[in-house]
Amino acid sequence: MHSKREWAWGYLLIAPMALGLAVFYLWPIVQTLYLSMTESGVFGGYTWVGTANFAELFTDEEMYGALGNTLLYSVLVLAGVPLSIVVAALLNVPGLRGLSLYRTLYFLPVVTMPAAVGLTWRYLFNGDFGAINHVLGTAGIDGPYWLGDPDFAIYAIAVVGIWSSVGYNAVLFLAGLQGIPRHYYEAAEIDGAGRLRQFVRITLPLLTPTTFFVVVITMINALQVFDLVYLMIDLKSPALEGSRTIVYLFYETGFVQNQRGLAAAIAVILLGLVLMLTAFQFRLQKKWVHYE
Amino acid sequence: MRFRLPLVCLTGLAVMTAGCGSSSEPEAAGKATISYAIWDKNDQTSAEKIIAAFQQANPNVTVKLEITPWDQYWTKLQTAASGGATPDVFWMNSLNVRMYAKGGIITPLEESKAQGLPPAVVDGYRYDGKLYGLPHNVSIPALWYDKKLFDAAGVAYPTADWTWDDVKAAAKKLTDPSKKQFGILAHMWDQGAFYPTMLQAGGHVLSEDGKKSGFDDPASIQGLEYWTGMIKDQVAPVAEVYADTDPITLFQSGKYGMLYGGVWFASTFWANPEIRERIDVAPLPKGPAKDAVILLGLANAVSARSEHPKESAAFAEFVVSEQAQKILSDSGGGALSLRDGTQEGWFKAFPTFHLKETYDASMPNGVPYPVSLNTAQWQDVQNRLLAEAWAGKRPVADVAKEIATQMNEILAKE
Repeated sequence: MHSKREWAWGYLLIAPMALGLAVFYLWPIVQTLYLSMTESGVFGGYTWVGTANFAELFTDEEMYGALGNTLLYSVLVLAGVPLSIVVAALLNVPGLRGLSLYRTLYFLPVVTMPAAVGLTWRYLFNGDFGAINHVLGTAGIDGPYWLGDPDFAIYAIAVVGIWSSVGYNAVLFLAGLQGIPRHYYEAAEIDGAGRLRQFVRITLPLLTPTTFFVVVITMINALQVFDLVYLMIDLKSPALEGSRTIVYLFYETGFVQNQRGLAAAIAVILLGLVLMLTAFQFRLQKKWVHYE
Repeated sequence: MRFRLPLVCLTGLAVMTAGCGSSSEPEAAGKATISYAIWDKNDQTSAEKIIAAFQQANPNVTVKLEITPWDQYWTKLQTAASGGATPDVFWMNSLNVRMYAKGGIITPLEESKAQGLPPAVVDGYRYDGKLYGLPHNVSIPALWYDKKLFDAAGVAYPTADWTWDDVKAAAKKLTDPSKKQFGILAHMWDQGAFYPTMLQAGGHVLSEDGKKSGFDDPASIQGLEYWTGMIKDQVAPVAEVYADTDPITLFQSGKYGMLYGGVWFASTFWANPEIRERIDVAPLPKGPAKDAVILLGLANAVSARSEHPKESAAFAEFVVSEQAQKILSDSGGGALSLRDGTQEGWFKAFPTFHLKETYDASMPNGVPYPVSLNTAQWQDVQNRLLAEAWAGKRPVADVAKEIATQMNEILAKE
């Protein structure tokens, strides 16, 4: 049993964090839930409309389009996770020359401003003057308008998404790799297992807790993608139809069209989706994550 | 990307409802300090000069200039308005004026002060019979053309009498696929491109009373097809091209014969010595039914909750005075002053461009930009649907009818 005094101290110490969370996260969530059931005036003033906003969204083609684009983007970015494992494994090779240079290079996108990333890639992807199509052109391939064509835009954006997260994920994997005790490998070597076999049988299974963490975080971030789309695709672009994500739709509804109530409902649906998929992943982890 | 927009926005939404306090400083008796918010950095020099002239005439008033970039301007203003603390005088456009007037954020101004200003621009700032903004500049869409390409193809330069057919014929002659050269640019632009052609064909964007969409009018559809037709006939690049590179940049690459663009592009083009030599400007070509040039002008609006309403109104009125309009014009910035007869200085800044002729021919055909209460809402619908027609994915007529349906629903709720 703890004394009342001890409890009080405990609460006092967590108070700054708890207050911050309550004011900046919990209260806005409650507000958003309320807003999602209202129709807003432009300068404040809200009318209660119940679930009408949600009913409107469930019959809205744009919403389904955005949902599909977001899920496609998430799957594409998740498919980039193995790349981070490979990069981390390579960076972990003992005695590699210029190791810190490589580590810096891979981590650079993480510390670069998203605006700079978006604009630079926009130049690279430019259909007429971009470096990517120029390279393709020398190989005799007529590259498409990557960011102007609804069939290609989301893939182009996903490439940038993967590119900018590889470094961060690799650092996490690197920490995971270094946490695997050496003696497993020594034992395997004595038993005659080669490098590849060691990787598949020891490294991958023991890395699964890190993999799980990376997959969950990557998915949550991917579901909320906005900045890359906003920076690379204009409001009038024909490609928007194929690259409008849920948060982009939220922005358009709330800040271009001034329908705050409806925008709040989109945010609530996204919150529900993130919670649901994350809960699902936590259930699924029992099947594939090995804790030592 | 560690940028979590939803949470940031959720917080933003909550803050909007909470509002912000007013931050007025104590002032000496008889002295007044008013704040003046604008979004264009190009207008900083002229605004500062106008403020200096105003302060000289009104020594008791100090005007503080605040520049907020366009991207944040409206969000910031709206947040401030919800909390009741907007700047005293601020830039307003005709897209937003009705919303702010209806919301009681801005105050009506004296009708007589707009005397002598073109009605096509001033009328955009009327709501419920009252004037809510004093416009001080005008943006006129026009036809820019590349003389070098015209000469090479042996086509006569555009004149004030040009019609749609002249444009189409010239575009065809100027197009040369082997050089990746196109006759014209067909970017999806409302004020200067597809709204004028909708009107020129005899159609309309919005009914007179602002309650019905005009997109399903067959004449309006004809006006839209003018543009999609150019893309289909391959005399203009496909829609994806404008998504990658903006039309002003494309035009300066010297591979496009004509550009529907604003006269205010003059300062950008003039800054490029090579381009300065090879291009010129003419009025918008006439359509099959009539002449129509959609004019837009920025205005100054006065906050309804200003602590110095008299001084604020006086400043907004001063900005449209002949003295201030001349200062604006002589500063040689991007903007063309609105009061007739004050533009000489601006025209002279770009002597080889036929801007005066374009101005003289365009102003009599001026039509206000179509707006309703929540224009941004239906324009977003219009843009996302038109993008499909521009990309050639759906016929224009289908898309136009769908825009009309959705637009009518939005208008009915206003």
